[in-house]
This record gives sequence, C-alpha cells and structure tokens, in this order.
Amino acid sequence: MLQGHAFTYGKNVDTDVIIPGRYCNLTDPAELGKHALEDLDKNFATTVKPGDFIVAQTNFGCGSSREHAPIAIKGAGVSAVIAKSFARIFYRNSLNIGLPVFECPEAVDGISAGDEVRVDPATGTIENVSKGTHYTAHALPPFMRALVDAGGLRPYVEQRLRERAAARR
Amino acid sequence: MGMTITEKILAKHAGVERVTPGEIINANVDLVLANELSAAVAIKEFHRVEGAGRVFDPEKIALVADHFVPAKDPRSAEIAASMVRWAHEQNVTHIFDVGKGGIEHVVLPEEGLIAPGELIVGGDSHTCTYGALGAFATGMGSTDISAAFCLGEVWLKVPQSVKVVYHGALEPFVYAKDLMLHTIRMLGGIDGATYQAIEFTGETIDAMSITGRLTMANMAVEAGAKNGIIAPDEKTFAYVRERTTRAFEPVFSDPDAHYERVIEIDASALVPTVAMPHSPENTVPVTQCVGVKVDQVFIGSCTNGRIEDLREVAHILKGKRVAESVRVIVNPGSQRVYIQAAEEGILGALAAAGCAVNTPGCGACFGGHMGTLGAGEVCISTTNRNFVGRMGSPEASIYLASPATCAASALFGSITDPRSLTLEPATR
Repeated sequence: MLQGHAFTYGKNVDTDVIIPGRYCNLTDPAELGKHALEDLDKNFATTVKPGDFIVAQTNFGCGSSREHAPIAIKGAGVSAVIAKSFARIFYRNSLNIGLPVFECPEAVDGISAGDEVRVDPATGTIENVSKGTHYTAHALPPFMRALVDAGGLRPYVEQRLRERAAARR
Repeated sequence: MGMTITEKILAKHAGVERVTPGEIINANVDLVLANELSAAVAIKEFHRVEGAGRVFDPEKIALVADHFVPAKDPRSAEIAASMVRWAHEQNVTHIFDVGKGGIEHVVLPEEGLIAPGELIVGGDSHTCTYGALGAFATGMGSTDISAAFCLGEVWLKVPQSVKVVYHGALEPFVYAKDLMLHTIRMLGGIDGATYQAIEFTGETIDAMSITGRLTMANMAVEAGAKNGIIAPDEKTFAYVRERTTRAFEPVFSDPDAHYERVIEIDASALVPTVAMPHSPENTVPVTQCVGVKVDQVFIGSCTNGRIEDLREVAHILKGKRVAESVRVIVNPGSQRVYIQAAEEGILGALAAAGCAVNTPGCGACFGGHMGTLGAGEVCISTTNRNFVGRMGSPEASIYLASPATCAASALFGSITDPRSLTLEPATR
C-alpha cells in the first residue's frame, strides 16, 4: 500500500520542468531527485516526503524522452503519479523503471493539495483519506500489467534472452 | 480493410500479416539510436541485465555524442567518453564522437542509416524525424533502448493513424516549419495526437524538399504523436540511394486504410507562423508578435540545422550586420552541414554579420550549454520546444519560428516578418 500527501499540478507538465536539461548529465536517482520539478515548484524537492504523490491534470510528462524525468520523481521519494492522462514516452519509461503511474481523472478532480492519499497498486484503488472518497484507476492492458508485476522491463528482457539461449541449444 | 504505411511497417517487423491499432506487438528493429545522455542510463541498465553480454547486432546500433559536446564539464566529458568506450568494447560500427558527426537526427539520414520501410527506435524523442524518409521511427527512454540493445526487438502498441492532407503551394517566406507549427495547433495542441501516427500527405508535401519533410516529421512528437511519417517518393529514393547501397522495401498506405481522422489544411493560405511562450501549440501569425524585443536569436537544431536552413539565413544576413542589441548563435546541424556551409561561404558571411558560429550540437536547444538564456531574456529560435526553462532560466521566454523569421529578427533585434524585408526569398 502506498501512502502520503498530494502535490497537485496543472496540465502539460513537461519533462523540461520535471528535470531541466542542465541536469541530464546526472544518472544517480537521489542526485536527480534533488532537482525534481525545480523549474515548476522550487519548494517541491525540499518538502516532498517519501511516499508522497504527484497529482496532475492531462498530458503529464510531455516532451523529451529523458528517462531522467521519472527517475528524478522516484529519486525524490514520490510513490506514484496520478494524472488525468500521460504523455506516451513518460508513461512507458515510468512502467519500465517501476514508478507506478495511474490514470484516473475522477481522483485528480477529487484530490486537493496536501490531501492524504492511499493507493493499492495491485487493484488501482485510490483513497482520499482526508476527504473519505474512493476511486479506481484505469486498468493497465494485460501485457503492461505483466511487465509491472514482473518488476519492470528488465525481468522481461532476461526471460527473452533465456528463451533464445534455450532455443540455440 | 487496408492498412496504413505505419501499420504495414509494424506488421512486417513483427512477422505478421496484419496489425490493428491498440494491439501490442514485438517488432524487430533495423536500428537502435542513443545519444550520450540516453546512452549513459541505457548502458548502466544494459550491465544490469543478466545474460546480456553482447549487443544483438553491432552494425544496427548508432551512438552519437551531441548533447553536452564539446564537453561542458568533467561529468559530461566522462559520460561521452564512457559511451565511446562501450561502443568500442561492443564493436559498434556507427559511433559519432565530437567532430565526426553532429546532431543525431541530422547525422543519421545524412549517413544513409535510414531507409524507407525500416523501423528505428532511439533514446531521444525527436527520433520521429526519420519518418520523413518513409520509415517508422519513435523515441523511447533508456530502459527500452537497453532492451533493444539486448534483443534487437521492442514491444510496441500499434498506434491509430491520423492523416493530414495539405493543399496548395507555400507562399514566399513560408516554410515547412511554419506549416508544422500550424499543424500542431490544427491537430489539437501538444496532446492532440498522443499515442497516434501522423501521416503527412498531399501536394504540398509532394513538392517539399527532404529537408522540409525532416522538419515536419521532427515535430510530430510536439503534438504528442508516436511517429510522423511521409510516404516515400522519387525524391526520397534519390536521397537514400545517394547515401547507401543497402536494399530496402518501400511501403505505402492502402487506399482503403483506416484513419482515426483526416484533417485538410490549405497550405497556400499560411503566413509565417510563430509559437509563443511557453508551448509549441501557442501558434499565431508572425504579425501578432512583430516588434517583440529579443536578446538572442538561435539558429540550428535537429529541426532546422540543415544546409538549406543555413542558406535561407545567409540569404537574409549576408553583407548585413545583425542588431547590436542581439546575440545571434548559429549551430550547423552536423559536420557535413558545417563543411558544406564553409565551402559555400555561409559560415564566413554569418560570422561577418555578427553571428557566433558554433560547432554542431544540441546544447543551446535543450538548455545544456553554448547559448543558455538568463532570467528575463527573450529568444527567437528555430528549435522545437519552448517550454519553461527549456533553453536555460525558467524566467526566460522562447518564440519558435522558421530560419527566415529568425534571421529577419536578428537584423532588427526584435521579431520581424521576413516578408517585410526588401528582398526576394532564396530559391528553394
């Protein structure tokens, strides 16, 4: 179960404000995390607590394909991002690195900044503890669900490599 | 029901007869690209994959040092050097270090690494540029790129296709860049085509140069698209055959292919267009911005850093002097573009006009180095994104425009309609 408080943002939060280009020669998640959302909300990185959530409107993570963006968010301690919709590459990158992302317009409308939120990643149930409301995020397609359940893309790649090695024998 | 060009390329690479939008497929890739920033994270991931060891095919990987080069600082030097080292360890053939390549999306088509019907994935969102040559090309993050290094295949959700049909000829001083900025708005803005394939068609595209087509496809991601694509024609075949002897199979949309929507655009009615701060969807006719004072003009990038772009700029600036109040920075897109521009006297003419001519690279465009903006500054740029903080300070403002509009603005130190110059447009 994921639990924390909500940081709320608007639509089209792009990867340039999630992690500005000037920091993209970093690879360490904790280092990147120190600059997460710096150009959008200067106080975010210093006030976010482990487990907290980012709650945003539509098209979260648009722009650059930099994987540094979900890595920075995860590195800052965020447990999941809840948005009305996500940009394609950011969504894929998040699933690949094990940052849970939930599409749930109703929850976004029902959560205010600072609300305490609880999320069950297995079921996609989102609870606004502060307001006593419940929501269910859109389910992942089965293939992506399997990737996430396996722990990201790496176990899937390792499985494919084993299958190929076995086929060669 | 027929298939679109995108669906056909995906089906072929998945080894199946047909694919349907929404379906998830495993597709073989013809080329995997990374730059030093995406490679740094991808190589780290590659080393973590149990059983990886060697890349799937060292001739089907392209690595380009272009973002923080020449190295901005020790850390940037180290990540570029470690990418080059890893490429040598893995016998990667297509490795482009400083002075030998340039901006990835300018270099790969130039080097004949992209051909019609191929499938390319790259650790950079502007990988979609290659759709201009009738290929399927899409940007991904580093973990996906690492997986492609290992397997030579990627999982993909088949996108729905959107067809944009352009009619008429572009007016003088109106270019592919203006048309694409306008198209982003017509598609519904920066999430107007999220998860979709944009197919650019019609007589305006038929008449357009390969350079113009590369500009169009480059910015497909600015509408949220997975890929942008243009059916190959004789111009495409000539361009590709000049650069490679590799066999390729061109693919075309069926007449009865299904599109999620079809948009018609009258290109002949278009005027020079500018995207205002802070989003590529904030497009207006240049006339609405004329007179806005600028501190910097930037010319270059994977969108508009090709020789034809520099010729347009030189045509406007040659023999003149840029305004004293403005810094003008020009980055030829690649080493080949740089050499060509030097041979044509363009670099000298631009330097004499007061431009700082830099070595090829992505630095200024993404706020890396070699032209970052300070707080309160205004820039007009030929690049593809003007988000908050994109080129440096989050308190700077960026306007996106064509090379001609940027060059005209350089003369006056404020946004200028290139049609107002007492000058014939360059012959295209």
